[in-house]
Amino acid sequence: MSTPASEALDRSVVPWLFATALASTAPHGLHQPTWLSALTGLVLLLAGGLWWRNAKPPRRWQLVLLVVGACAGIFVEYRTLFGRDAGVGMLLIFMALKLLELKGKRDAIVVVTLGYFLLLTHYFYSQSIPTGLWLLAAVIVVTATLIRLHGGPASTPPATLRYAAVLTVQALPFMVVLYLLFPRINGPLWGLPQDAHAGQSGLSEQMAPGDIANLVLNSDIAFRVRFDGPLPDRQKLYWRGPVMEAFDGTTWRPLTGKRAAERIELLSPPLSYETTLEANQQRWLLALDAPAPLPAEFALNGTLTASARQPVTQRQRFRLSGSPDYRFNVDEEPQILQRNLELPPDLNPRSRRLAADWRNAPPKQIVQQALDLFASREFAYTLQPPLLGVNGIDDFLFLTRRGFCEHYAAAFVVLMRAAGVPARVVGGYQGGEPNPVDSYLVVRQSDAHAWAEVWLKDEGWVRVDPTFVVAPARLETGIAGALPAGEALPGLVQVRAEWLRGLRYRWEALNNAWNQQVLGYNPQRQRELLSRLGLPDTDWRSLVTLLGTACFALLLVVAALTLYRRQAGDPAKHLWQHTLRRLARRKVNCPPWETPLALVKRLKTERPELAGPLTMVAEAYLAARYGRHPESLKKLRAAIARLP
Amino acid sequence: MRLLANLQQRLFRWRSDGTAPLRLGQRRIFILPTRAGLLFGVTLAVMLIGAINYNLALGHALVFLLAGLGLVGMIHTFRNLFGLHITPARCAPVFAGETALFPLLLANDRPTARLALELAAQPELPVAAALAPLSSATVAVPLRTTTRGWLELPRVRLSSRYPLGLFVAWSYLQPAMRCLVYPQPIASPLPAPGAESSGGQYSGDGGQEDFAGFRLRLPADSPRHVAWKASARDGGQRPLQVKQFAGGAELELQLDWALTDPGLASESRLSQLAGWVLAAEAAGHCYGLRLPGHEILPASGSRQQQLCLEALALFPA
Repeated sequence: MSTPASEALDRSVVPWLFATALASTAPHGLHQPTWLSALTGLVLLLAGGLWWRNAKPPRRWQLVLLVVGACAGIFVEYRTLFGRDAGVGMLLIFMALKLLELKGKRDAIVVVTLGYFLLLTHYFYSQSIPTGLWLLAAVIVVTATLIRLHGGPASTPPATLRYAAVLTVQALPFMVVLYLLFPRINGPLWGLPQDAHAGQSGLSEQMAPGDIANLVLNSDIAFRVRFDGPLPDRQKLYWRGPVMEAFDGTTWRPLTGKRAAERIELLSPPLSYETTLEANQQRWLLALDAPAPLPAEFALNGTLTASARQPVTQRQRFRLSGSPDYRFNVDEEPQILQRNLELPPDLNPRSRRLAADWRNAPPKQIVQQALDLFASREFAYTLQPPLLGVNGIDDFLFLTRRGFCEHYAAAFVVLMRAAGVPARVVGGYQGGEPNPVDSYLVVRQSDAHAWAEVWLKDEGWVRVDPTFVVAPARLETGIAGALPAGEALPGLVQVRAEWLRGLRYRWEALNNAWNQQVLGYNPQRQRELLSRLGLPDTDWRSLVTLLGTACFALLLVVAALTLYRRQAGDPAKHLWQHTLRRLARRKVNCPPWETPLALVKRLKTERPELAGPLTMVAEAYLAARYGRHPESLKKLRAAIARLP
Repeated sequence: MRLLANLQQRLFRWRSDGTAPLRLGQRRIFILPTRAGLLFGVTLAVMLIGAINYNLALGHALVFLLAGLGLVGMIHTFRNLFGLHITPARCAPVFAGETALFPLLLANDRPTARLALELAAQPELPVAAALAPLSSATVAVPLRTTTRGWLELPRVRLSSRYPLGLFVAWSYLQPAMRCLVYPQPIASPLPAPGAESSGGQYSGDGGQEDFAGFRLRLPADSPRHVAWKASARDGGQRPLQVKQFAGGAELELQLDWALTDPGLASESRLSQLAGWVLAAEAAGHCYGLRLPGHEILPASGSRQQQLCLEALALFPA
């Protein structure tokens, strides 16, 4: 039973260390470059082979060579060693290499610590519910490794895993308390590396034919909205992004330069709502058109696009309000209007000629004529438009006549400008899908849209959506209804089966709750929670005190539960002891060493009035404790009930 | 000073626990983070800074979960020792220079295992033990010996890092146990017969070499000496006979303090005597021991060897 203790590493711990390494590194294979994943896998295989053959670990210089080689590779890949992705890559390599030089317990502890640390890095890439669950399982595996390392061969794999799970479950209350009460600080503490928020897609700041059509193929959620009141009409849900006024023949871009503040006249009462924006690396808030009145911490940029001070690099919640009916810049500056009439001089001659014929008509009529053009001719709405040449608008209007919303918006604006009506393209999202489960309106990348704005005298900038003329369903039911049958759309958007759709609503509502309640827990939420707990205006000192008290109380509870757990004994024995306590209350001396029958015998002379019923109890007890009859416990209870 | 001594005694139990079984309660278990625990703490701090810097909500959760794990691990490390029953057992005598083993009976009356217990009387001689649920085991705590005489078991440190190794819990045990240490034997030729005044060696009966006849078997006679053939010849009708030998090498030695080299230190002389005792016993001689102020009459057998070695071990210096 007793063996000399040692610091040497037990050979049979090594598979556990491999499990730790795999649990903490494997999911990184999804976003690390292939060569790095392959190298990590190879080194792990090599280490596994060495362990299998019980071979000597590689020499020091070989390891150094490997480290230098891997670092060089990472530097070539990322041009740095210190960014987010490069740092993760380095940790992966170190983890794999550490398994090549396992000598003592100390090396194993380093592997486990590195494993815990690597688990954190997964959250750079995803904080979804599945990631959370996977990492909880990974924590159990890494903890089991630690237990096996210290427990020695006596701790068998199932027992070790079970023990790790027990420890993790007992740690969960601490996690909840710390999560709720730990004084929260809004990051970042210092400048983040440039790649800190890489890899998130969304509406871009310029628009060329095909841009939005590509975005529409993405069913990721762009933002979620919850209106305080009832949901407005779908056709009024224009979520305003960048306004693009400069056109070079293919691409639309916003104009730079300072502008005067907007002059907005609200024609309908503002609807207030809360929007939860997914990270999109842009400053615009994609607010409901027109974003007024706007809270003070946000600004309009002169073209009615609401922006935050910082780019939205992570999921954020804002409270905004918007009025769907408004008048905007009725007295626009002349130079702005002039800019909104400019076209590249040599391009699209046919379109310009067509529009030049309309010049003498009043602007409203010009708009109508252009819309009639889209409605009357054989224009089609499609995600797969044919390629366009140098004179893209001409090709679209007179040859292909197949396009997506950006084609219609661009062609419309070109026609307007050629006809002398100031016009521009607005990007953003249109519509959204109400989730019946949690009544959030979900706006996806596939709801990305482009429309036009024309400036009319006495009316200011007026929204005109030429897509509506071509494909009214786009505005009424969303993209899935507007496209011709057979066009590929992302799986989630075109789900038509009712049960599948219900399932999706539920899953998204769950994700939304997760985002809002768990991931969205920030200093402000913490203050709200504390004031709901009756502790308004808590500073960090009292918060720390509260936290310390709560943790200490939890520690006591867990300690009491683990140290003093009463062993579940035989129920018959419990009942007999209960009987003895009752007898003791009736002044009967019941020494613990006396057997039930001896007690009964003694009571026959000492307390004859008790002896009779107690004989029944003692016999039932002996039958229940030592016999096998399933009914005997019931009899024992009945006998106890008859005790005087 | 008295106050400090009192405090130390209260804290560390620098007082014998006696020979009674003892149960580890919370007052005698101490717990502190290990170096691995400190590394874990530093790692958590770095991870927390990372989570704050990148605003990782689940990163916060992971750090807090691991912090909770550390706290829970502390309780479980404590629990690994808490409520352990320790009963001192008897320990066998050893020769000086050998390692004395002090057996302690550890009993676990909980339905969970207690693994990775480590006991050490000397820090360099730790011994590990593991107890299955509801079981007990004897653990021999080793202690190096240098000098003869009674060796008291010093304070034993019972420690454990199980399950997570982030904390080490320990307790000091001081059961009243002592081990008799015989003098380290020095191998040297037995004293020559006649070299001693009282005629240290003479031939006698009871040897094992020359056959001298039969006698009735006594219960103490070895079955090897029974005359089985003779017994078989008369069909087992008569009581068993044993063969008698004479003139064998059975010598009666008197191992005398005076026979050892007076030029040696007294400890060396005792060692020489111990060597003689072992050699005489191994050769099957009948031997006695004479020390200044103490005499053991000649006899043989393990009891005689033990008596002689005890006398040597406890000889007042």
